[in-house]
Amino acid sequence: MLGGWIIVLAAIALLPAGPSQASFVLVALGVEILGLTLVFRAHLIPSRERK
Amino acid sequence: VTPIRIPALSETTAALCFLMVLLIPCATAGLALINAGLGRFRNAAHSMLSALCVIAVAALVYFAVGAAWQGGAGQPAFALHAAGKDWNWIGAGNYFLRGLELGGWSSLAALFGLMSVGLAAIIPLGSGADRWRLGACCASTVLLAGITYPLFAHWAWGGGWLAQLGFIDSGGAGVIQVAGGLTALSITWILGPRRGKFNPDGVPSALPGHNAVFVLLGCFFAWLGWLGLNGAGAILFTGVEASRTVLIAVNTALAAGSAALSVAAITRTRFGKTDASLCANGWVAGLVAVSAGCAVVRPAAAVIIGLIAGALVVYSVEWLELHLAVDDPGGSVSVHAVAGLWGLLATGFLAALTPGRWLVQLVGIATLLGFILPLTYGLNWLLNRVSPQRVAVEGERQGLDLYELGAGAYPDFMTHNEDFWQR
Repeated sequence: MLGGWIIVLAAIALLPAGPSQASFVLVALGVEILGLTLVFRAHLIPSRERK
Repeated sequence: VTPIRIPALSETTAALCFLMVLLIPCATAGLALINAGLGRFRNAAHSMLSALCVIAVAALVYFAVGAAWQGGAGQPAFALHAAGKDWNWIGAGNYFLRGLELGGWSSLAALFGLMSVGLAAIIPLGSGADRWRLGACCASTVLLAGITYPLFAHWAWGGGWLAQLGFIDSGGAGVIQVAGGLTALSITWILGPRRGKFNPDGVPSALPGHNAVFVLLGCFFAWLGWLGLNGAGAILFTGVEASRTVLIAVNTALAAGSAALSVAAITRTRFGKTDASLCANGWVAGLVAVSAGCAVVRPAAAVIIGLIAGALVVYSVEWLELHLAVDDPGGSVSVHAVAGLWGLLATGFLAALTPGRWLVQLVGIATLLGFILPLTYGLNWLLNRVSPQRVAVEGERQGLDLYELGAGAYPDFMTHNEDFWQR
Protein backbone atom coordinates (compact mmCIF):
# COMPACT_ATOMS: atom_id res chain seq x y z
CA MET A 1 0.00 0.00 0.00
CA LEU A 2 2.80 2.33 0.88
CA GLY A 3 4.52 1.37 -2.40
CA GLY A 4 1.41 2.37 -4.34
CA TRP A 5 1.36 5.75 -2.64
CA ILE A 6 5.01 6.34 -3.47
CA ILE A 7 4.24 5.61 -7.12
CA VAL A 8 1.46 8.22 -6.95
CA LEU A 9 3.87 10.78 -5.51
CA ALA A 10 6.46 9.95 -8.14
CA ALA A 11 3.87 10.32 -10.92
CA ILE A 12 2.74 13.77 -9.83
CA ALA A 13 6.29 14.93 -9.16
CA LEU A 14 8.03 13.62 -12.24
CA LEU A 15 5.45 13.33 -15.01
CA PRO A 16 3.75 16.21 -16.84
CA ALA A 17 -0.02 16.48 -16.45
CA GLY A 18 -1.63 14.26 -19.06
CA PRO A 19 -2.57 10.69 -19.90
CA SER A 20 0.72 9.19 -18.73
CA GLN A 21 0.39 10.78 -15.29
CA ALA A 22 -3.23 9.64 -15.00
CA SER A 23 -2.26 6.10 -16.04
CA PHE A 24 0.47 5.94 -13.40
CA VAL A 25 -1.91 7.18 -10.69
CA LEU A 26 -4.54 4.59 -11.69
CA VAL A 27 -1.98 1.77 -11.70
CA ALA A 28 -0.66 2.90 -8.33
CA LEU A 29 -4.19 2.85 -6.93
CA GLY A 30 -4.46 -0.71 -8.26
CA VAL A 31 -1.29 -1.60 -6.35
CA GLU A 32 -2.80 -0.14 -3.18
CA ILE A 33 -6.02 -2.12 -3.63
CA LEU A 34 -3.96 -5.27 -4.10
CA GLY A 35 -2.12 -4.49 -0.86
CA LEU A 36 -5.41 -3.83 0.93
CA THR A 37 -6.75 -7.19 -0.27
CA LEU A 38 -3.69 -8.94 1.12
CA VAL A 39 -4.06 -7.18 4.48
CA PHE A 40 -7.72 -8.25 4.65
CA ARG A 41 -6.71 -11.84 3.86
CA ALA A 42 -4.00 -11.72 6.51
CA HIS A 43 -6.62 -10.82 9.12
CA LEU A 44 -9.00 -13.65 8.28
CA ILE A 45 -9.06 -15.96 11.28
CA PRO A 46 -7.91 -19.48 10.38
CA SER A 47 -10.69 -22.01 11.04
CA ARG A 48 -8.35 -24.04 13.30
CA GLU A 49 -7.83 -21.02 15.55
CA ARG A 50 -11.57 -20.35 15.68
CA LYS A 51 -12.22 -23.89 16.87
CA VAL B 1 7.25 28.48 3.41
CA THR B 2 4.07 30.53 3.57
CA PRO B 3 2.02 29.32 0.62
CA ILE B 4 -1.56 30.01 -0.45
CA ARG B 5 -3.49 33.07 0.65
CA ILE B 6 -5.21 33.51 4.02
CA PRO B 7 -8.98 33.53 3.34
CA ALA B 8 -10.50 36.91 4.21
CA LEU B 9 -13.79 36.68 6.11
CA SER B 10 -16.25 39.54 6.43
CA GLU B 11 -17.81 40.07 9.88
CA THR B 12 -21.11 38.55 8.72
CA THR B 13 -19.41 35.51 7.25
CA ALA B 14 -17.31 35.06 10.38
CA ALA B 15 -20.42 35.26 12.59
CA LEU B 16 -22.29 32.75 10.43
CA CYS B 17 -19.28 30.45 10.43
CA PHE B 18 -19.01 30.68 14.22
CA LEU B 19 -22.66 29.69 14.65
CA MET B 20 -22.19 26.77 12.28
CA VAL B 21 -19.12 25.54 14.14
CA LEU B 22 -21.22 25.49 17.31
CA LEU B 23 -23.54 22.96 15.65
CA ILE B 24 -20.74 20.41 15.15
CA PRO B 25 -21.10 18.85 18.65
CA CYS B 26 -24.62 17.78 17.58
CA ALA B 27 -22.98 15.51 14.99
CA THR B 28 -20.71 14.09 17.67
CA ALA B 29 -23.67 13.50 19.98
CA GLY B 30 -25.54 11.81 17.14
CA LEU B 31 -22.69 9.42 16.43
CA ALA B 32 -22.32 8.68 20.16
CA LEU B 33 -26.01 7.76 20.37
CA ILE B 34 -25.75 5.59 17.25
CA ASN B 35 -22.70 3.77 18.62
CA ALA B 36 -24.38 3.19 21.99
CA GLY B 37 -27.62 1.99 20.41
CA LEU B 38 -25.86 -0.44 18.07
CA GLY B 39 -23.89 -1.98 20.93
CA ARG B 40 -25.24 -4.34 23.59
CA PHE B 41 -27.15 -3.05 26.62
CA ARG B 42 -24.49 -4.10 29.11
CA ASN B 43 -21.97 -1.76 27.41
CA ALA B 44 -24.24 1.28 26.90
CA ALA B 45 -22.92 3.51 29.72
CA HIS B 46 -19.35 2.56 28.79
CA SER B 47 -20.00 3.53 25.20
CA MET B 48 -21.33 6.99 26.11
CA LEU B 49 -18.58 7.61 28.68
CA SER B 50 -15.94 6.51 26.16
CA ALA B 51 -17.38 9.05 23.72
CA LEU B 52 -17.08 11.85 26.28
CA CYS B 53 -13.54 10.86 27.29
CA VAL B 54 -12.42 10.51 23.69
CA ILE B 55 -13.78 13.96 22.79
CA ALA B 56 -11.98 15.45 25.81
CA VAL B 57 -8.68 13.74 25.02
CA ALA B 58 -8.92 14.69 21.33
CA ALA B 59 -9.56 18.35 22.16
CA LEU B 60 -6.64 18.54 24.62
CA VAL B 61 -4.17 16.81 22.30
CA TYR B 62 -5.28 18.93 19.36
CA PHE B 63 -4.87 22.06 21.50
CA ALA B 64 -1.39 20.96 22.61
CA VAL B 65 0.15 19.84 19.30
CA GLY B 66 -2.47 19.04 16.64
CA ALA B 67 -3.39 22.62 15.77
CA ALA B 68 0.28 23.54 15.40
CA TRP B 69 0.95 20.67 12.99
CA GLN B 70 -2.26 21.22 11.05
CA GLY B 71 -1.49 24.90 10.54
CA GLY B 72 -3.48 26.84 8.00
CA ALA B 73 -3.30 28.53 4.64
CA GLY B 74 -0.79 31.35 4.76
CA GLN B 75 0.72 30.18 8.03
CA PRO B 76 4.29 28.90 8.53
CA ALA B 77 4.94 25.33 7.46
CA PHE B 78 7.79 22.96 6.68
CA ALA B 79 8.37 22.02 3.06
CA LEU B 80 10.57 19.54 1.24
CA HIS B 81 12.05 20.59 -2.08
CA ALA B 82 11.96 17.69 -4.55
CA ALA B 83 11.64 17.39 -8.33
CA GLY B 84 11.61 21.19 -8.67
CA LYS B 85 8.60 21.61 -6.38
CA ASP B 86 7.98 22.58 -2.77
CA TRP B 87 6.10 19.83 -0.91
CA ASN B 88 4.44 21.50 2.03
CA TRP B 89 4.08 18.58 4.42
CA ILE B 90 3.48 19.79 7.98
CA GLY B 91 2.49 22.98 9.76
CA ALA B 92 4.98 24.90 11.90
CA GLY B 93 2.59 26.80 14.13
CA ASN B 94 2.81 27.45 17.86
CA TYR B 95 2.03 24.68 20.33
CA PHE B 96 -0.83 25.22 22.82
CA LEU B 97 -2.43 27.71 20.41
CA ARG B 98 -0.03 30.42 21.59
CA GLY B 99 -0.29 33.68 19.66
CA LEU B 100 -3.70 32.84 18.23
CA GLU B 101 -5.37 35.91 16.74
CA LEU B 102 -8.90 36.13 18.06
CA GLY B 103 -11.74 36.96 15.72
CA GLY B 104 -10.15 36.03 12.42
CA TRP B 105 -9.87 33.00 10.18
CA SER B 106 -7.20 31.41 12.38
CA SER B 107 -9.31 31.37 15.54
CA LEU B 108 -12.36 29.99 13.69
CA ALA B 109 -10.22 27.29 12.06
CA ALA B 110 -8.79 26.37 15.48
CA LEU B 111 -12.28 26.15 16.99
CA PHE B 112 -13.45 24.08 14.01
CA GLY B 113 -10.47 21.77 14.53
CA LEU B 114 -11.21 21.34 18.24
CA MET B 115 -14.78 20.31 17.40
CA SER B 116 -14.09 18.16 14.36
CA VAL B 117 -11.18 16.18 15.82
CA GLY B 118 -13.62 14.88 18.46
CA LEU B 119 -15.95 13.80 15.68
CA ALA B 120 -13.13 11.90 13.97
CA ALA B 121 -12.08 10.31 17.25
CA ILE B 122 -15.55 9.01 18.06
CA ILE B 123 -15.83 7.04 14.80
CA PRO B 124 -13.59 4.09 15.86
CA LEU B 125 -15.72 3.62 19.00
CA GLY B 126 -18.43 2.12 16.80
CA SER B 127 -16.14 -0.56 15.41
CA GLY B 128 -14.49 -1.36 18.74
CA ALA B 129 -17.81 -1.52 20.61
CA ASP B 130 -18.33 -4.14 23.32
CA ARG B 131 -14.62 -5.02 23.64
CA TRP B 132 -12.41 -1.89 23.62
CA ARG B 133 -11.03 -0.78 27.00
CA LEU B 134 -11.69 2.81 28.09
CA GLY B 135 -8.01 3.56 28.67
CA ALA B 136 -7.09 2.08 25.31
CA CYS B 137 -9.71 4.22 23.51
CA CYS B 138 -8.15 7.32 25.05
CA ALA B 139 -4.60 6.25 24.21
CA SER B 140 -5.58 5.52 20.61
CA THR B 141 -7.25 8.94 20.43
CA VAL B 142 -3.96 10.59 21.41
CA LEU B 143 -2.43 9.07 18.27
CA LEU B 144 -5.35 10.11 16.07
CA ALA B 145 -5.65 13.68 17.36
CA GLY B 146 -1.90 14.21 17.68
CA ILE B 147 -0.57 12.61 14.50
CA THR B 148 -2.94 11.17 11.90
CA TYR B 149 -5.64 13.84 11.87
CA PRO B 150 -3.41 16.95 11.90
CA LEU B 151 -1.11 15.51 9.25
CA PHE B 152 -3.84 14.84 6.69
CA ALA B 153 -5.74 17.98 7.73
CA HIS B 154 -2.62 20.00 6.94
CA TRP B 155 -2.25 18.35 3.55
CA ALA B 156 -5.89 18.89 2.58
CA TRP B 157 -6.90 22.06 4.48
CA GLY B 158 -3.78 23.71 5.84
CA GLY B 159 -2.17 24.72 2.56
CA GLY B 160 -0.32 21.39 2.27
CA TRP B 161 0.72 19.63 -0.91
CA LEU B 162 -2.74 18.17 -1.60
CA ALA B 163 -4.35 21.60 -1.21
CA GLN B 164 -1.73 23.01 -3.58
CA LEU B 165 -2.77 20.41 -6.16
CA GLY B 166 -6.42 21.54 -5.80
CA PHE B 167 -7.84 18.73 -3.66
CA ILE B 168 -11.44 19.47 -2.61
CA ASP B 169 -12.80 18.29 0.74
CA SER B 170 -15.12 21.02 1.97
CA GLY B 171 -16.76 19.31 4.95
CA GLY B 172 -14.09 16.78 5.84
CA ALA B 173 -15.16 13.57 4.09
CA GLY B 174 -11.49 12.66 3.87
CA VAL B 175 -9.95 14.59 6.75
CA ILE B 176 -12.55 13.64 9.36
CA GLN B 177 -14.61 10.70 8.10
CA VAL B 178 -12.17 8.57 6.12
CA ALA B 179 -9.36 9.18 8.62
CA GLY B 180 -11.72 8.09 11.42
CA GLY B 181 -13.11 5.20 9.36
CA LEU B 182 -9.67 3.83 8.52
CA THR B 183 -8.74 4.03 12.20
CA ALA B 184 -11.94 2.08 12.89
CA LEU B 185 -10.81 -0.59 10.41
CA SER B 186 -7.42 -0.81 12.10
CA ILE B 187 -9.11 -1.18 15.48
CA THR B 188 -11.35 -4.04 14.29
CA TRP B 189 -8.29 -5.84 12.93
CA ILE B 190 -6.31 -5.33 16.13
CA LEU B 191 -9.11 -6.17 18.57
CA GLY B 192 -10.52 -9.09 16.60
CA PRO B 193 -14.23 -10.01 16.58
CA ARG B 194 -16.46 -10.16 19.65
CA ARG B 195 -16.75 -13.54 21.35
CA GLY B 196 -19.58 -15.47 19.81
CA LYS B 197 -19.71 -13.35 16.66
CA PHE B 198 -18.32 -16.06 14.39
CA ASN B 199 -18.92 -19.76 14.89
CA PRO B 200 -16.05 -22.26 14.29
CA ASP B 201 -17.04 -22.50 10.62
CA GLY B 202 -16.68 -18.75 10.23
CA VAL B 203 -20.40 -18.06 9.85
CA PRO B 204 -21.32 -14.78 11.58
CA SER B 205 -24.12 -14.60 14.15
CA ALA B 206 -26.42 -11.60 14.38
CA LEU B 207 -25.71 -9.57 17.53
CA PRO B 208 -28.31 -6.83 17.12
CA GLY B 209 -27.99 -3.43 18.79
CA HIS B 210 -29.91 -2.90 21.99
CA ASN B 211 -31.79 0.33 21.22
CA ALA B 212 -33.04 1.26 17.75
CA VAL B 213 -34.56 4.48 19.09
CA PHE B 214 -31.11 5.74 20.17
CA VAL B 215 -29.80 4.90 16.72
CA LEU B 216 -32.55 6.70 14.85
CA LEU B 217 -32.54 9.70 17.19
CA GLY B 218 -28.79 9.91 16.61
CA CYS B 219 -29.51 10.40 12.92
CA PHE B 220 -31.49 13.58 13.62
CA PHE B 221 -28.66 14.99 15.74
CA ALA B 222 -26.14 14.00 13.10
CA TRP B 223 -28.13 15.83 10.42
CA LEU B 224 -28.15 19.06 12.43
CA GLY B 225 -24.45 18.74 13.19
CA TRP B 226 -23.54 18.05 9.58
CA LEU B 227 -25.32 21.21 8.42
CA GLY B 228 -22.87 23.13 10.57
CA LEU B 229 -19.88 20.96 9.73
CA ASN B 230 -20.32 21.26 5.97
CA GLY B 231 -21.20 24.94 6.05
CA ALA B 232 -18.34 26.00 8.29
CA GLY B 233 -15.84 23.70 6.55
CA ALA B 234 -16.76 25.07 3.13
CA ILE B 235 -16.39 28.68 4.29
CA LEU B 236 -13.07 28.06 6.03
CA PHE B 237 -11.33 25.59 3.73
CA THR B 238 -12.93 25.98 0.30
CA GLY B 239 -13.33 29.75 0.58
CA VAL B 240 -17.00 29.90 -0.47
CA GLU B 241 -19.17 32.91 0.28
CA ALA B 242 -21.73 32.89 3.08
CA SER B 243 -24.59 32.92 0.56
CA ARG B 244 -23.53 29.47 -0.65
CA THR B 245 -24.41 27.89 2.71
CA VAL B 246 -28.02 27.57 1.50
CA LEU B 247 -26.89 25.30 -1.34
CA ILE B 248 -24.72 23.38 1.14
CA ALA B 249 -27.69 22.80 3.45
CA VAL B 250 -29.87 21.67 0.52
CA ASN B 251 -27.20 19.27 -0.71
CA THR B 252 -26.63 17.88 2.80
CA ALA B 253 -30.34 17.19 3.34
CA LEU B 254 -30.83 15.69 -0.13
CA ALA B 255 -27.86 13.33 0.15
CA ALA B 256 -28.87 12.07 3.60
CA GLY B 257 -32.47 11.51 2.56
CA SER B 258 -31.66 9.79 -0.71
CA ALA B 259 -29.11 7.53 0.98
CA ALA B 260 -31.60 6.44 3.66
CA LEU B 261 -34.29 5.79 1.04
CA SER B 262 -31.83 3.88 -1.09
CA VAL B 263 -31.04 1.58 1.86
CA ALA B 264 -34.74 1.22 2.70
CA ALA B 265 -35.54 0.17 -0.87
CA ILE B 266 -32.62 -2.27 -1.11
CA THR B 267 -33.25 -3.96 2.24
CA ARG B 268 -36.99 -4.16 1.54
CA THR B 269 -36.35 -5.75 -1.85
CA ARG B 270 -33.70 -8.17 -0.62
CA PHE B 271 -34.97 -9.16 2.82
CA GLY B 272 -38.69 -8.40 2.58
CA LYS B 273 -38.50 -5.89 5.47
CA THR B 274 -36.87 -2.49 5.92
CA ASP B 275 -33.82 -2.67 8.18
CA ALA B 276 -33.88 0.22 10.69
CA SER B 277 -30.22 0.11 11.73
CA LEU B 278 -29.02 -0.10 8.14
CA CYS B 279 -31.29 2.82 7.19
CA ALA B 280 -29.69 4.83 9.99
CA ASN B 281 -26.26 3.86 8.71
CA GLY B 282 -27.37 4.87 5.21
CA TRP B 283 -28.53 8.27 6.46
CA VAL B 284 -25.14 8.98 8.03
CA ALA B 285 -23.35 7.59 4.95
CA GLY B 286 -25.22 10.13 2.81
CA LEU B 287 -24.08 12.92 5.14
CA VAL B 288 -20.51 11.64 5.03
CA ALA B 289 -20.38 11.23 1.26
CA VAL B 290 -21.74 14.68 0.43
CA SER B 291 -19.32 16.38 2.84
CA ALA B 292 -16.53 16.36 0.27
CA GLY B 293 -18.32 18.27 -2.46
CA CYS B 294 -21.26 19.88 -0.63
CA ALA B 295 -20.23 23.36 -1.76
CA VAL B 296 -19.40 22.54 -5.37
CA VAL B 297 -22.01 20.02 -6.56
CA ARG B 298 -25.55 20.68 -7.79
CA PRO B 299 -28.53 19.30 -5.85
CA ALA B 300 -29.15 16.60 -8.48
CA ALA B 301 -25.56 15.43 -8.04
CA ALA B 302 -26.06 15.36 -4.25
CA VAL B 303 -29.01 13.00 -4.77
CA ILE B 304 -26.86 10.70 -6.92
CA ILE B 305 -24.07 10.79 -4.33
CA GLY B 306 -26.56 9.88 -1.60
CA LEU B 307 -28.24 7.08 -3.54
CA ILE B 308 -24.94 5.38 -4.31
CA ALA B 309 -23.61 5.94 -0.77
CA GLY B 310 -26.67 4.16 0.63
CA ALA B 311 -26.25 1.21 -1.72
CA LEU B 312 -22.54 1.01 -0.90
CA VAL B 313 -23.28 0.80 2.82
CA VAL B 314 -25.66 -2.16 2.45
CA TYR B 315 -23.24 -4.22 0.36
CA SER B 316 -20.14 -3.10 2.24
CA VAL B 317 -21.56 -4.05 5.67
CA GLU B 318 -22.51 -7.46 4.29
CA TRP B 319 -19.23 -8.03 2.48
CA LEU B 320 -17.06 -7.02 5.43
CA GLU B 321 -18.93 -9.31 7.82
CA LEU B 322 -19.60 -12.35 5.64
CA HIS B 323 -16.48 -12.52 3.50
CA LEU B 324 -13.79 -10.59 5.35
CA ALA B 325 -14.70 -11.51 8.96
CA VAL B 326 -14.61 -7.88 10.09
CA ASP B 327 -16.76 -7.43 13.21
CA ASP B 328 -17.83 -3.79 13.08
CA PRO B 329 -20.90 -3.40 15.36
CA GLY B 330 -21.44 0.27 14.49
CA GLY B 331 -20.79 -0.07 10.75
CA SER B 332 -18.12 2.63 11.11
CA VAL B 333 -15.88 1.28 8.35
CA SER B 334 -18.69 1.18 5.78
CA VAL B 335 -20.37 4.42 6.84
CA HIS B 336 -17.31 6.59 7.29
CA ALA B 337 -14.46 5.07 5.27
CA VAL B 338 -16.30 3.57 2.28
CA ALA B 339 -18.89 6.35 1.92
CA GLY B 340 -16.23 9.02 2.53
CA LEU B 341 -14.00 7.62 -0.21
CA TRP B 342 -16.99 7.49 -2.56
CA GLY B 343 -17.79 11.13 -1.73
CA LEU B 344 -14.25 12.24 -2.53
CA LEU B 345 -14.30 10.38 -5.84
CA ALA B 346 -17.77 11.62 -6.78
CA THR B 347 -16.69 15.22 -6.15
CA GLY B 348 -14.04 14.80 -8.83
CA PHE B 349 -16.58 13.65 -11.40
CA LEU B 350 -19.77 15.50 -10.45
CA ALA B 351 -18.55 18.89 -9.24
CA ALA B 352 -18.84 21.89 -11.50
CA LEU B 353 -15.09 22.43 -11.50
CA THR B 354 -12.24 22.45 -13.98
CA PRO B 355 -11.79 19.23 -16.02
CA GLY B 356 -9.23 16.75 -14.72
CA ARG B 357 -10.19 17.34 -11.09
CA TRP B 358 -10.92 13.64 -10.69
CA LEU B 359 -7.20 12.88 -10.86
CA VAL B 360 -6.46 15.16 -7.88
CA GLN B 361 -9.28 13.55 -5.92
CA LEU B 362 -7.79 10.13 -6.78
CA VAL B 363 -4.42 11.29 -5.45
CA GLY B 364 -6.17 12.20 -2.17
CA ILE B 365 -7.85 8.79 -2.02
CA ALA B 366 -4.54 7.07 -2.75
CA THR B 367 -2.95 9.04 0.08
CA LEU B 368 -5.63 7.95 2.54
CA LEU B 369 -5.39 4.28 1.55
CA GLY B 370 -1.66 4.15 0.91
CA PHE B 371 -0.34 6.30 3.74
CA ILE B 372 -2.94 7.12 6.39
CA LEU B 373 -4.21 3.53 6.75
CA PRO B 374 -0.73 1.96 7.22
CA LEU B 375 0.20 4.83 9.56
CA THR B 376 -2.86 4.49 11.79
CA TYR B 377 -2.64 0.70 11.75
CA GLY B 378 1.05 0.77 12.64
CA LEU B 379 0.57 3.25 15.48
CA ASN B 380 -2.34 1.29 16.98
CA TRP B 381 -0.48 -2.00 16.54
CA LEU B 382 2.46 -0.57 18.49
CA LEU B 383 0.09 0.70 21.17
CA ASN B 384 -1.46 -2.75 21.39
CA ARG B 385 1.99 -4.28 21.88
CA VAL B 386 2.71 -1.91 24.76
CA SER B 387 -0.72 -2.22 26.36
CA PRO B 388 -3.36 -4.66 25.03
CA GLN B 389 -6.39 -2.74 23.81
CA ARG B 390 -8.96 -5.51 24.19
CA VAL B 391 -10.76 -6.05 27.45
CA ALA B 392 -10.24 -9.34 29.33
CA VAL B 393 -12.58 -12.28 28.63
CA GLU B 394 -14.28 -11.74 31.98
CA GLY B 395 -14.98 -8.12 31.10
CA GLU B 396 -16.57 -9.08 27.81
CA ARG B 397 -18.75 -11.68 29.51
CA GLN B 398 -19.79 -9.39 32.34
CA GLY B 399 -20.23 -6.32 30.19
CA LEU B 400 -17.98 -3.28 30.15
CA ASP B 401 -20.41 -1.24 32.26
CA LEU B 402 -19.99 -3.47 35.29
CA TYR B 403 -16.41 -4.51 34.59
CA GLU B 404 -14.90 -1.06 34.00
CA LEU B 405 -17.43 1.35 35.51
CA GLY B 406 -18.92 -0.69 38.32
CA ALA B 407 -22.52 0.07 37.39
CA GLY B 408 -24.75 -0.66 34.42
CA ALA B 409 -26.75 1.78 32.32
CA TYR B 410 -29.95 -0.17 33.02
CA PRO B 411 -29.79 -1.61 36.55
CA ASP B 412 -33.20 -3.28 36.18
CA PHE B 413 -32.13 -5.38 33.19
CA MET B 414 -30.96 -8.97 33.69
CA THR B 415 -28.12 -10.63 31.78
CA HIS B 416 -28.98 -14.02 30.36
CA ASN B 417 -26.28 -16.60 29.94
CA GLU B 418 -27.35 -17.45 26.40
CA ASP B 419 -26.52 -13.88 25.42
CA PHE B 420 -22.86 -14.87 25.73
CA TRP B 421 -22.87 -18.48 24.60
CA GLN B 422 -21.20 -19.29 21.36
CA ARG B 423 -23.71 -20.32 18.73
